Formats: sequence, structure tokens, C-alpha cells
Amino acid sequence: MTVAAPAIERRTPTQEALCNGLLALLPGGAVLTDPEDLRPFECDALAVYRRLPLVVVLPETIAQVQAIMRLCHELQVPVVARGAGTGLSGGALPLRDGVLLSLAKFTRILHIDAPNALATVQPGVRNLAISEAAAAHGMYYAPDPSSQIACTIGGNVAENSGGVHCLKYGLTVHNILMLKVVTMEGELLSIGAETLDAPGYDLLALLTGSEGMLGIIVEVTVKLLARPQRAQVILAAFDDVVKAGEAVGAIIAAGIIPAGLEMMDKLAIQAAEDFVHAGYPRDAAAILLCELDGSNAEVSEYIVAVRHLLTHNGATEVRTAVDEAERQLFWKGRKSAFPAVGRISPDYYCMDGTIPRHRLPQVLRQISLWSGEYGLAVANVFHAGDGNLHPLILFDANRPGELARTEEFGRRILQLCVEVGGTITGEHGVGMEKIDQMCIQFQSGELAQFHALKAAFDPDGLLNPGKAVPTLHRCAEFGAMHVHHGQLSHPELERF
Amino acid sequence: MSDMSTAMQQQVHDAIGSRTPLHICGGNSKNFLGHAPQGEVLPASMHSGIIEYDPRELVLTARAGTPLAEIEAALSKAGQMLTFEPPHFGAHATLGGTIACGLSGPRRPYAGAARDAMLGCKLLNGRAELLRFGGQVMKNVAGYDVSRLMVGAYGTLGVLLECSLKVLPRPAASLTLIHECAQEEAIGRMSQLLSQPVPVDAACYHTGHVYIRLAGSEQAVKQAHANLGGAVIENAAPFWQSLREQQLPFFHSGKPLYRVLVKPATAPLAIPGAWLLDWGGAQRWLASDAPVADIRKGVAAAGGHVTCWRGHAPAAEIFEPLPAPLFKLHQRLKLSFDPHGIFNRGRMYPHL
Ligand SMILES: Cc1cc2nc3c(=O)[nH]c(=O)nc-3n(C[C@H](O)[C@H](O)[C@H](O)COP(=O)(O)OP(=O)(O)OC[C@H]3O[C@@H](n4cnc5c(N)ncnc54)[C@H](O)[C@@H]3O)c2cc1C
Repeated sequence: MTVAAPAIERRTPTQEALCNGLLALLPGGAVLTDPEDLRPFECDALAVYRRLPLVVVLPETIAQVQAIMRLCHELQVPVVARGAGTGLSGGALPLRDGVLLSLAKFTRILHIDAPNALATVQPGVRNLAISEAAAAHGMYYAPDPSSQIACTIGGNVAENSGGVHCLKYGLTVHNILMLKVVTMEGELLSIGAETLDAPGYDLLALLTGSEGMLGIIVEVTVKLLARPQRAQVILAAFDDVVKAGEAVGAIIAAGIIPAGLEMMDKLAIQAAEDFVHAGYPRDAAAILLCELDGSNAEVSEYIVAVRHLLTHNGATEVRTAVDEAERQLFWKGRKSAFPAVGRISPDYYCMDGTIPRHRLPQVLRQISLWSGEYGLAVANVFHAGDGNLHPLILFDANRPGELARTEEFGRRILQLCVEVGGTITGEHGVGMEKIDQMCIQFQSGELAQFHALKAAFDPDGLLNPGKAVPTLHRCAEFGAMHVHHGQLSHPELERF
Repeated sequence: MSDMSTAMQQQVHDAIGSRTPLHICGGNSKNFLGHAPQGEVLPASMHSGIIEYDPRELVLTARAGTPLAEIEAALSKAGQMLTFEPPHFGAHATLGGTIACGLSGPRRPYAGAARDAMLGCKLLNGRAELLRFGGQVMKNVAGYDVSRLMVGAYGTLGVLLECSLKVLPRPAASLTLIHECAQEEAIGRMSQLLSQPVPVDAACYHTGHVYIRLAGSEQAVKQAHANLGGAVIENAAPFWQSLREQQLPFFHSGKPLYRVLVKPATAPLAIPGAWLLDWGGAQRWLASDAPVADIRKGVAAAGGHVTCWRGHAPAAEIFEPLPAPLFKLHQRLKLSFDPHGIFNRGRMYPHL
């Protein structure tokens, strides 16, 4: 690891001052400028976007973060925060002339308070590590993104991440109480409270899902829940994806809110089965995984009801996991779906739209039609209970033009999600990736309001600039290319 | 059922022109909260009606002036409910007022608050622009979460026109256990329930008794009762209803009433007055003649905060004062939505 950076040429005087200033603030090894050292930070899990930052800093105290921010503010240098870099929308993509601030050294669980059902942790703590630490008290942290062994709680807050259990237990925003945040000016703020409500505006909600645009999260207080006495998962196979979608609606209409309700289609089932041997029926057109949790008697009661509903709604096979090991295995298949698809295709592109649940058949049919049209296979993985789709488009970036076709296909899927009353992103965030699709989802009034809101936190626009919310001009350019419903979006803006 | 948004937008537009402060007024049921409303009334209750509700989607969208009672009746018909059990505080309570005040009932610690149910909204900002945020789906992270920011903002950031809320099935069964004990023991019991897998959906301590409401499937409630033991109250619904609506005699003692929020396991606070503990000990009501400053000091020492609720002497700060840097941020946010400062001026904090 190199601290000094003789290899860097043509630094501007500001960049020189920045690097020297950072070296003065931080211990050796915590400031990286050598291109070789910068390489691991060039992208997040959406690796089609890559860029080296000017410098990477790895602070380990809040005071150091404050000092870095003050320096960057003074020199007007942009800052991009980074957790584990598992983001799927390019949110942590560095800026060539900016600082990449990694929270990787903030890995301490500060305290677990079982009587008050909360835990306070540093932002670089991995999602799963919180539940592991709380297990001694019979408690856990509910949101469980599939990336939970790697992703950080700071990143979860910044993206408002969900997991396979968020139908019943909510997203990150429902499961946190308080944040400590360092502003662009280096000020340390407490947002929210250890109490259930906090005085003032609900800035906790505003910071959640803010994608590193409003402040650097340096401490997180999460809610803990009691581990249910029992959790049981039912696997149901269908010979038709639409029937599986209808079964989801039937379960909810019966007044049952499963802990998790996930769907996978044929290609996803086969990929997952080949990868982890979860015991999925390889010939099914779709499977549903329905998890029920609670007390022993309650789970038994619901299993009977759900099995009946599934069979009644056309399931060709309904299986209840015989033991905890099989339950874990059923989930392992689902949670490994992305890497499993990664094994059967050189590249894949993960989409993240949400739609009203009853639109599922229509949207699936359209995706399948487009899949044929573009000659690109799609594996579908859904948080079906929430209507959150993850179509994975399989492609090969080495084939000329295929990435561009994939991206176009993806854009059409997102546009369709908006048209049916949904959204372009359910949990992965806008980041760099869906910046143009924001122009479809929002009109200029909303976008201008977003910018005004951002300016209240970061008037100079130095926090993660260029992500999450497009400029109105960008939308005008985008709108000129994409005519929506026969109407230009943002007609009030001049074209150029 | 009528759409008044054009008239409302016009009134906001005119108010901007003449720099007239507006008092956004729904059903008038929560006027007693916060600082006294000032300005010209912007009537919001005529903008009313449920716009979309499909029980299978678990989402309800209604105009902000829709009576809360109408919404609850529609949900009830489909066997569903508002998760956060909001207090009405009057027959004319509207959805918009409920969301703007961000109040939640006894279920709040176990089933989430008003903000947790909020999925999307349509609003008028202080530029008289009609804007939409969030949506009608469960998961949506496109753009900042402006809809949740509106919850509990007391109408200081904009006029709510429509809200979409997540709704849930009513629990199939419910049962209330009662146990006589001192406050300290009650706090211990209620806090212990948080780390046990028990289907509790409300817990309070009142007149020497702890009340624990179980809710869930028939079997869940039955088994929890078997495990916890204790006496059952037959027909407990009226009790919880009068707690939710603050109709218990405790709330009408004639003494000033304070809302105190602390961590649920916090030991009994040594502030003179009568206490009622809701939210499993996390929300405590204090009827007391003690000076506000002393109450705030005592509560702050326990890491909590205080709202002057009813009957208090005129106070400079009704809600807990914010640290200066945080308050500055509030002011900048307010200006970003309402640059001329016309909406519900000073209702939450003076100078906001
Ligand atoms: C295989 C796989 C499966 C996944 N499954 C899921 C899933 O089930 N559900 C889901 O929601 N997501 C999922 N994701 C996406 C990703 O894991 C989440 O978005 C996660 O929360 C990102 O955390 P991170 O620590 O990796 O953040 P990063 O990728 O490092 O950063 C994400 C964003 O947060 C910002 N940020 C990070 N830390 C901070 C901080 N401390 N302060 C301020 N801003 C910060 C960054 O600037 C960036 O904009 C998956 C990803 C992969 C690769």
C-alpha cells in the first residue's frame, strides 16, 4: 500500500492541497492515491460503471470524518461515501476529481440494549453481524437483504434496503431509530432518537434511502425484534407463472401476511438448483417460497391454511420443509439466485422495479415478449408479496452491442413499471444507473423540489454529485429522445 | 366525494401573491396541538373521498379531507385496518390532519407508526405546485422520501392533497390480560415482552394495573395466553378505545398534560404528578402542576423528550426544542418547500 503518491501526475494545486491535507489528518495507510490501491474502489456491484477516484480515505473515528468533510468543503471537493460496495445502481461510483470515503473501518457494535430492543452500531458493520450479535438475547435485526453477509448497515440505510422478510417486518426505514450523520460542512447531527418518535421533522425517513446525497452516516441505532419461536417455509411449484402470481394475491386476500413470499421463474429455479442443490423442482415454471413465523401453534394453523390456498390456486406440488436444515436450504437457493445466474451467463443485469401486485401477469408477459424480441434470456426473481421484481437480463458484454441492447431492454422494463403505477426502483436505488428513468417517474416540479431539499443539506452540491436525482436539463435531453405517451415530458424546458 | 384541488391551489397561489399566512384546517379536531394556528383558513376537509382501495393490494389512497371514520369503515368492511390505530380526537378528524400530526395509537410500538404506513402523497408546496411523491406500492426508493417527511410536520411543509397508506388485515383474535402491580414491575414486564416472541399489539399501565393486549391468529393468542398466564378482561375494546381517544378520566384531571417519550425500559421518573404509561412504557402521559422547565430537565436526564399537550401555561416551546444546528436545518428545509413561509407558520416551532 502506498501512502505518498509519486505516480500521480498533473495534479491541480487544489488536488495537491487536498492530498497533503488528508495525509496530515489521517494515519499512514488511511489515504490511498496509488492507482493500484484505488482499483478495488472503482465500482460497486454494478460493474459496468467504473472510475478511479482521485483519492480514497479510510477514517476510523467520527472526528476524522468531520475533519475530512471540513477539508473537502473548504476546498470544494466532492465526496462519495462507500460501505461494502455491494450496491447495484452505481451509487458508490467514485468521481475522478473527488474523494471516496470508505466506512470500512467502522466495524464495531457499540452496544446491544435488549430491554429497550435496540442496538447501536458503526456504519461499516455488516448487516448479518447485527443479528449474530443480538442472537445471544434471542433477538435479531429484521431486514435481510440477500447480500447480508457482505453489505453494511450504513449502505442499507443509504439505500433503504429490503430483504425477503420485509413483507411482514418492513424495510430499513421501519427498523431504525437514530442516526449520527456528518454534514458536508463537517457538523455532527443526531437524527431521530432512541425513543419511538423524535421531535421535529422526520429526518430519519429523509436520510433513509438518500444514497449518500445528504450526509455521511457514522452511527446507526437499529430496532431489534424477538426471534419468532418457529419459522417454517412452504415451497409450491406451478406450471404457469401467472397462476403463481394469483396464488400470492389469494394468500394476502385470506388475511395472512407471511414473513416472506418470494417467487422464482424457471430459469432462476434451474440456475439456483444447479448452484446450491436446494431441492427445487427443476421442471416447474415458477415456485413460490412462503415463510410463516410465530408461535408453534400459530405456524401450524397457517401452514394448513396456506397449503390449502396454494393447492386451490393450481400449485402442482406443495412441500413444507421437513426441518430447519431444509428450510435454510430453500432460502439459500433464493438468496443465491443472483450469483447462480452469474454462473450460467457471462454477465447479467439486475432490474429492480416495483408494481401493484395485480399487474404481475401483464408485466411478466411483456418481459417475456421483449426477451424474445431482444434475443436476451431473462431469469425472474421477485419479492412477490411486495410486488418488487428483479428480472435478471442475461448477456455477454464481450459481444458487440449486447450491453447496449440489454440496457435498452432494461429501460423498457422500468418504463413499463411506471406505466402500470409502480416505480423504477424498489430497493436498489437510483444511483448512476437509473438517473434517466427518474425523468419518466417524476415531472420537473418534483425534481426541482428534490434539488431544493438537497440544497438545504448540501448547498454546494458536493455530496455524491450526479447521482440519484437528474438535473432538469438532463431530463430535457432525455425527454427529447423518449416520447412518453405521445407527449414530451418536461415540455416547459427548452430543447438543445 | 369532491376534488377541490384546483380551488386549493388557487388559494395558495393568491396567498403567495399577498404573502398571507395560511392555516391549513381539516376537521378541526387537533387544533389544540402545538402553537395556536394563525393566518387565513385554508379549508381542507371538502377535498374528500377514497380514490382507490383494493384490499388485495393492501393499499388505500384517499383525498386528505376524507373523514378518518369513513376510511376506517371502508377498511373494516374488508376485514382490514389502519396499522397505526390513529386517535381521532373528534368526530370530524380527517386523514390529512391525522398524517400531518403524525399521531399513532396503542399499537404503535408493535405495528408501526403513521409514518411507517405512509407510501405516497400528492401535495401543494409553497410555490403552489402540485407534486406527487412516493406511490401506491410497498417498496419505492426513487427520490427522497418526501411523503414520510410530511408525517408529523404539522402542515408546515405543504398542503397534503392525497395520501396512500399501507393497510393490513385485522388480527383474527384479540385478548387482553390484566395484572395488578407497581409501576416499576409493570415497566419490567412490558419491556421483557419486547425480547420474547409474543404476539403483543398493545401494552399500558394505568391505575395500578398493567394491561397487555395479545393479537394474532386464534392459535397465536391462545398459546400466548397459556404461556403468560394472568387474568383476562372480557370485552376490553372499550378500554383500549378510550385510551386511544384519551377519554379515560386520567386525561381530564384538570391538570396540565404532558406527553413524555423515553426508552421503554426507563425506570419510573421522579417527576411529581400522575402517570399513565402507553406504548409498553415508551410513551408516558404526565398530569402535573410542575413547571415545564423542571419536567423537561427530568425527562432529558433520562434521554427522553416532552411535548406540552393540553392545559399547560403558555409556553415558548411546546415541542421539545431542537439543538441549534438541527433547527437551522429545519429552517432551510422549510424554506425549500415553502419559500415564503405561508403554511402553518409557527405551529410547530416559533420561527419555522
Ligand atoms: C448479490 C446481491 C444481492 C443483493 N440483494 C439485495 C436485497 O435482497 N435487497 C436489497 O435491498 N439490496 C440488495 N442488494 C444491493 C446492496 O447489497 C444493498 O443496496 C446494500 O444496502 C448496499 O450496502 P453497501 O454497504 O454495499 O453499500 P455501497 O454499495 O457501498 O453504497 C451504496 C450507497 O450508499 C451510500 N453509502 C454507503 N455507506 C454510506 C454511509 N455510511 N453514509 C452515507 N452514504 C453511504 C453510497 O454512497 C452509495 O450511494 C444486493 C446486492 C448484491 C450484490
